[in-house]
Amino acid sequence: MSPDTAPGASPVNQEVSPQVPPQAPRDAHQGSSPDDGPSVTLSVWRGDPGGGAFVDYAMPAIEGEVVLDVVHRIQAGLAPDLACRWNCKAGKCGSCSAEINGEPRLMCMTRMDQLPQGEPVVVAPMRTFPVIRDLVTDVSFNYTMARQLPPFAPGPAEPDGIYRMMQIDVERGQEFRKCIECFMCQDVCHVIRDHEENKASYAGPRMFIRYMELESHPLDTNDRRELVRQRMGLGLCNITKCCTEVCPEQIHITDNAIIPLKERVVDASYDPVAWLGRKILRRKKRSATEAAADAPAFSAPTHDDR
Amino acid sequence: MPDHETHDFDVVIIGAGGAGLRAAIETKKRGLRTALVCKSLLGKAHTVMAEGGAAAAMGNVWPEDNWQVHFRDTMRGGKLLNNWRMAQLHAQESPERIYELERWGALFDRTSDGLILQRDFGGHRYARLAHVGDRTGLEMIRTLQQQAVALGIDVFMECKVLRLLKDADGRASAAVGYWRPSGDFVTFNAKAFVVATGGIGKSWLFTTNSWECTGDGDAIAAWAGADMLDMEFVQFHPTCMVWPMTARGILVTEGVRGDGGVLRNAEGRRFMFDYIPPMFAAETAATEEEADRWYDDHTNNRRPPDLLPRDEVARSINSEVKSGRGSPHGGVFLDIATRRSPEYIRRRLPSMYHQFKELAGLDITTEPMEVAPFQHYMMGGIRVEADSGSTTVPGLFAAGEAAAGMHGANRLGGNSLSDLLVFGRRAGMAASDFAEGRVGTPAVEESEVDEICRAALKPFGNDGGESPYDVHRDLQETMQQLVGLIRTETELVRGLENLGKLDERAEKVSVTGTPAYNPGWNLATDLPAMLTVSRLVTQAAIERRESRGGQTRDDYPKADPELGKINLIQRIRADGTYELERVPLPPMPAELAALLEEEPK
Repeated sequence: MSPDTAPGASPVNQEVSPQVPPQAPRDAHQGSSPDDGPSVTLSVWRGDPGGGAFVDYAMPAIEGEVVLDVVHRIQAGLAPDLACRWNCKAGKCGSCSAEINGEPRLMCMTRMDQLPQGEPVVVAPMRTFPVIRDLVTDVSFNYTMARQLPPFAPGPAEPDGIYRMMQIDVERGQEFRKCIECFMCQDVCHVIRDHEENKASYAGPRMFIRYMELESHPLDTNDRRELVRQRMGLGLCNITKCCTEVCPEQIHITDNAIIPLKERVVDASYDPVAWLGRKILRRKKRSATEAAADAPAFSAPTHDDR
Repeated sequence: MPDHETHDFDVVIIGAGGAGLRAAIETKKRGLRTALVCKSLLGKAHTVMAEGGAAAAMGNVWPEDNWQVHFRDTMRGGKLLNNWRMAQLHAQESPERIYELERWGALFDRTSDGLILQRDFGGHRYARLAHVGDRTGLEMIRTLQQQAVALGIDVFMECKVLRLLKDADGRASAAVGYWRPSGDFVTFNAKAFVVATGGIGKSWLFTTNSWECTGDGDAIAAWAGADMLDMEFVQFHPTCMVWPMTARGILVTEGVRGDGGVLRNAEGRRFMFDYIPPMFAAETAATEEEADRWYDDHTNNRRPPDLLPRDEVARSINSEVKSGRGSPHGGVFLDIATRRSPEYIRRRLPSMYHQFKELAGLDITTEPMEVAPFQHYMMGGIRVEADSGSTTVPGLFAAGEAAAGMHGANRLGGNSLSDLLVFGRRAGMAASDFAEGRVGTPAVEESEVDEICRAALKPFGNDGGESPYDVHRDLQETMQQLVGLIRTETELVRGLENLGKLDERAEKVSVTGTPAYNPGWNLATDLPAMLTVSRLVTQAAIERRESRGGQTRDDYPKADPELGKINLIQRIRADGTYELERVPLPPMPAELAALLEEEPK
């Protein structure tokens, strides 16, 4: 068993990607006496690959709480089997991604008092990934794409065995390494949201920032530009910036990663001066074929690697 | 009965935080068939929440730093109960482990000459923590995760281990668990096992720990007969959020104080100057002026008392609150707003800024934070041999927070992340040696496996029983109120009585639905581990009638020199009863003992 299949290791049909029905019938549950003081209602999608529906849970409001707190209170009372992922409850692990009132957000960082009051808060699983149960989705797609990445390959250290890098040179990479892998950028990406067929050839914004991180890493020697163009579908991104808008770490995915990556890929493919330069001068980076050979998972070499 | 699958490996590593990942990298590099089994998705383990940094005497900021000073700081921080050999190995090997992360792609913050920058933290004489802003744990787990993926390690995600089984010769031979997505059971047969399951915080109501920290590894080792060590020593991190109530317990990094933040009471007084213990008086600033000068000149000034070891700071905060000088929501104030510029705060402490802004609606660049001590870390755990991480059960190894000894009675901030790397690697090496030397195919009794699965499914058949959430809540109340930061014999004994009743209630919990991704059932299967670990902690806390490090006894407020010479060892006998033994500390070589005597320069 490997990372790409593990989360869906249950007999979940990988082909089925049930769409959350927008006008699903609603079941209603009442929590303990929501009559005294303010109350909240969470309308949570419950179901499995076979289908499901939104179920309303009403309970008294608690000052300062976040959506995940309400989900926990539902589990502790009305529905102990309500499935959701969470770990840190502090916005650091990226486990509790969901679509809250239609918008991808971390449940642990979304305060109830900042959502529209007096109406149910609708919580649905991320739509781009197959449902396992309730709010839990099979995000193995992201792990599969991660395995196809030719890994970091540093050049030799300085004679004293130490790598020296200046702060200004590591800052671009550090921005991308803030990524907590909540996969909400993947969820909201038009190329794969509702387009299951594109997943085989599209790495998505999360992986594009990873490619750009390595591209800008002062020590790395692998050239992944042709790989990201031909196998990872960089060209399919049409820069709508939806990924940037939902990023809980405020990473400038489009401006700082995808657009510069597209420019560098163009340079690698079509710039005759750069091509000649690589032929004549000693290459700093290894070619796509060499780089791809480092990836543990199968990733085909690109046809026009020079 | 759900499906049951079986896998064969050389080494199975349970837990995929820093220690588990580092161990798996080591066994995989040795060419062994390695499985990494974890309760959550890869990259979500509690290590991801570590903020401040990894302590390693690289000497990049203060060339005076070296492993001897780091060793001394660690031992004194642990009130000299640490396993000296572990503290020595840790101090010596941490720098190389940090450089190794850099070779695997980590991007640490830099000094002006391009080296890895190091920050100040409590109890460390020099700025020693390699870090990335205040998200060092994320950098570390991502680097290790990416290295593990590059090596092609088999990862079993969202898979919970219930029990370890031994063969007829008493060697660890199989781990039995279930897939959380499907509820199907799985058995891992292997020649060696590494437990790296981290902490036990979910037995307390307020904790910095994530849901996974239910002490699974401690419990499965204890149930398999392994010796447990120092279980009374639980760390309460002095600075955690107190408000809003639903955010109570979320960590506020010690880096706030390392970067210039100070603690104040309701009167605005920097009260830590009132609580400097004799042991640290010689190396702690006596005045606010000296403390403030120290940030720029460590050589001619002494450390601010805000940066005393965590146990001292936690007790001091508690005492201010009890004396009626606390903040409105029952904590004290942590102030960096009046001491550093907003730009500096946002650059050095980005996630603290974000966390308070989002969860409490508070801007830490203009207002003080409210903080109080809550459960954070377990110094105690599985007793291991220092060099190899081997437990008293052959074939079973442990590393990281689940293992004990390295930190003694109290851990210094920053020593955990480097602990994971140093001892994760060592446990991986030793487990590889053991697996390579083990003859024959590991075999366990099929009936034992069946019994474990039947017991796990029992809550589905308990009609009309309590919800596991109710039992868990009462366990948390018990540990929070009776086995907390400040302890007394009466309360501890009452805690033990409560645990007995909770054991009975846990037997009868009932759950609804199917085993597939069922949090209620998952919690029901976590309860036995939490209850076992809570009992070990409480029993050891009763036995150590003194105050030292993470054990503060209101009825025995002083350290007892005699108890300073022993560790408490506990084990669960085959008949399920518990035994407790006092063992003398391992004798320390004279040259290391001499390091402890040295007065700070």
